This record gives sequence, structure tokens and C-alpha cells, in this order.
Amino acid sequence: MHYTLQYGQVLKYLPYLIGGAWISLQIAFLAFCGGMVLGLLGAMGKTFGGSFTKRGVSAYVSFFTNTPQLVQIYFLFFALPEVGILLSSYDAVLIGMTLNAGAYLTEIQRAGFVSVHRSELEAAETMGMSLFQSVWHVIMPHVVKVLFPPLSNLYILMTLGTSMAAIFGLEELTGRAFNVNAVTFRSIEVFSITAGLYFLVTVVASLILTLLGRWLFRVKAKVF
Amino acid sequence: MLTRLVEEVPRFLGYYNVVFLLKAAWVTLALSAVGCSLGLLIGFFIAMVRVTRGNLLIPVRGVCISYVEFFRRIPFLVTLMIIFFLYEALGWDVTVFTVALTSVCLIAASYTAEIVRSGLESVNVKQWEAAETMNLNLIQTLRWVILPQAWKVILPPAFSFFILFIKDTALASQISVVELTYAGKVLNNKGFSAVLVFGSVLLLYFIISYPLARFGAWMEKKLVVSKTGRR
Repeated sequence: MHYTLQYGQVLKYLPYLIGGAWISLQIAFLAFCGGMVLGLLGAMGKTFGGSFTKRGVSAYVSFFTNTPQLVQIYFLFFALPEVGILLSSYDAVLIGMTLNAGAYLTEIQRAGFVSVHRSELEAAETMGMSLFQSVWHVIMPHVVKVLFPPLSNLYILMTLGTSMAAIFGLEELTGRAFNVNAVTFRSIEVFSITAGLYFLVTVVASLILTLLGRWLFRVKAKVF
Repeated sequence: MLTRLVEEVPRFLGYYNVVFLLKAAWVTLALSAVGCSLGLLIGFFIAMVRVTRGNLLIPVRGVCISYVEFFRRIPFLVTLMIIFFLYEALGWDVTVFTVALTSVCLIAASYTAEIVRSGLESVNVKQWEAAETMNLNLIQTLRWVILPQAWKVILPPAFSFFILFIKDTALASQISVVELTYAGKVLNNKGFSAVLVFGSVLLLYFIISYPLARFGAWMEKKLVVSKTGRR
């Protein structure tokens, strides 16, 4: 092996890479929020909608969960201009990730909807609870307990998934790692530091999610 | 725009393009199937190490746990890049397919290790204790007592992980493995309309993944039913 590791040159770029990690987190957060809204609409359509809505939502979910996110974004980025819709790389990545997340979140949230029994809502009504009270004290604890583990898992997966934004020239963590690699040629060093940063970012995200779950909804979850 | 697209279809569906796309689809499938099978094997050994007791194996367990936790928290693209440049630094002359396969193996091993571990833990503790009382060693316990019960819990999530990875191998196009996404990029560069090319690539992925997903859902249902004894 004629390769000596030299981290010194790469460590100069550490603040630059950390800035990239922040952008990664932003993209993941925005796409997750958008996906939550889409998923909520989808789950409502699938539970309460007519047969037409149900079929439409099912088609959307099975299309987006059975094709790769990368090719979806390729399609948005390269194929839509032919129809006259020009998306910037940031928009294409964000829209692609949101649509993809929406499909997964539809399935997850539907599982949450199913877990609440009608009799519990009726009991809440008998206790004289207002709509807000019954949502907060009866529905939420239930739904959150079912939803919390898959949701936090998906959030971590989405944070890792933002790395494919680099392919479209976005300067998030992986994109900036490519830049640093092009400048310094210390490939292994750059990408191992990037891997370490992803590890740190996702551990911190898991930690925050777990604490949030414990304090707000008393969900017993583990970081590891 | 639509008429141009329709005019292009016969040229796009020429013999060599179709063969190129189908071969690429085969590479995608082979990459994920072989990678995930090898990964499951490695993951199984990691999970086995993690259920051992005794102080002697503490460092090995530590390595296994940190391996699993680390590889589950870095993106596939970054793993690909590290493995790619690592092979180069070692001076080994390997194909890009091998690089991609190694990365898939490494990631699959870390995910399936967790799946197998939760499967092994799903078997009641009393069964482990009973096996110990019968003086079975670890291998015998797994072979005769635990695995016959645990495989039903392990197989469905392992299979859905495999389906997930069929889609993730699209990233291997970045190190120019000629799989489905890369084939799409090549055809697009040859001047075919992006709508047509990426539309058919999406369709091919769907054709591969959808039946497998349905089969996975069916299998999960079947195994859960037979486990609880209800028919």
C-alpha cells in the first residue's frame, strides 16, 4: 500500500464541510415537513376517500415507493424542461424528496389512523372533552406511540438520502466533499471525514428526536 | 412536443437499445441480490457474535456493535466513494461492479445484523435457557432451537430491505457501473428525449420492484398467520 493518510490538508476545510452538513439537515427537514403534509392528505384520502381517491392515492404510493428517488429527481431535473418547466437543482431535489417522502409517510400515517378506535373517541366525547382536548389527550398519545419509531427512522434515512443532491450540483455535505476532493486529492481522508460528519449529524438528530418523544409524548425510544 | 416524442419511440425501441436496457436491469438485480445475500450472511455472523456471553469476546462484540451503528448512519454514496478510493489506494485492480458489490455488502451486513438480532431476540428467553440446560452449545442452540422459530421474524424485513436496496443501487451509476440508471444516462446523452429515457427507466424499476414488494407483503402475512396458529 503506497498511500499515506494526511488529514492535515483536509481538516482545514472542516468548517466548510460542517456548513454543508447544516444545508443537508435543512433539505431533509424541509422535505420531511412537506412529506408530512402530503402524507397526511394521502392517509386521509386512503381512509376516508371514495374509491376513486383511494385508487389514486394507492397508485401514487406504489409508484413512488417502487422506483428510486435518484431517478425520480433525474426525471424532474432533465425531463420536465422538455415540457417547458425549468427547475433549479435545489427545487428539483426538494420536490423529488418531498414527493418520495410523501409516499412513505402516507403508509406510515395510515397505520396511525387505523390504531385509533372509534369507541375511544366516543368515550372522550362522553367525558365532555372539547375537540381540541380529545385530539391532544386521546388521539395524539395513541397515534404518536405508533408513529414515532417509523417516523424517526424515516427522518434519519432522509438525512442520509440528501447526499444524492450532490449529483445535481448542490453544495450540501457530500457536494462539498466532492469539491474538497477535487481541490486536495486526498480522497479517502475527505470521504472518511464526511462519513464521520454524517454519523454525528444523524446521532444528534436521533438524540433530539428521542428526547422530544420522551418529554412531549412519553414514547419509550432508544437512540441506538 | 408530443408528436416529436411519438416520432422518436420506434428509434428508441430499436433492438440494441432494448437489449442494453434489459442487460442493465439484470445488472441492477444481480448487484442487489448478490450483495444482499452476502450481506445477510455477514449480518448473521455479526448478530451471532452479539448474542454471545462471556468476557473474552467483549472486544469482538464492541467492534461488531460499532460497525453496525456506523454503517447504518452514513449514506450509500459516501460508502461507495470510500470503497472506490480504498481499492485504488490498496492498488488492487478491480472492476467498478466489485466496488459497488463490496459497498452493498457492507451496508447490507450492518442493516441485516440488526434485523437478525431482533429476530433472535424475539424467541422467548426460556427457550435459550432450556437449550442451555440441555447442554447445547451456541451453534446447536441456534440450529435446532432458535432459528426454526426466528426465521419467520427475520425473513420479511430482510426481504423488504432487499427491495429497498434494488432502488438504492441507482447510486452505483455515479461510479459508472452500467446498471439501469447509468443506461438511462447513456441513452439520454445519445440524444434521446429525457422524458422517454427516464420514463422507461422508472417503468423498468417499477416492473422489477412492484411484484417483489407484493410477494414480500404476501409472505409477511402468511408467516405471521402461521406463527400465531390462526388460519
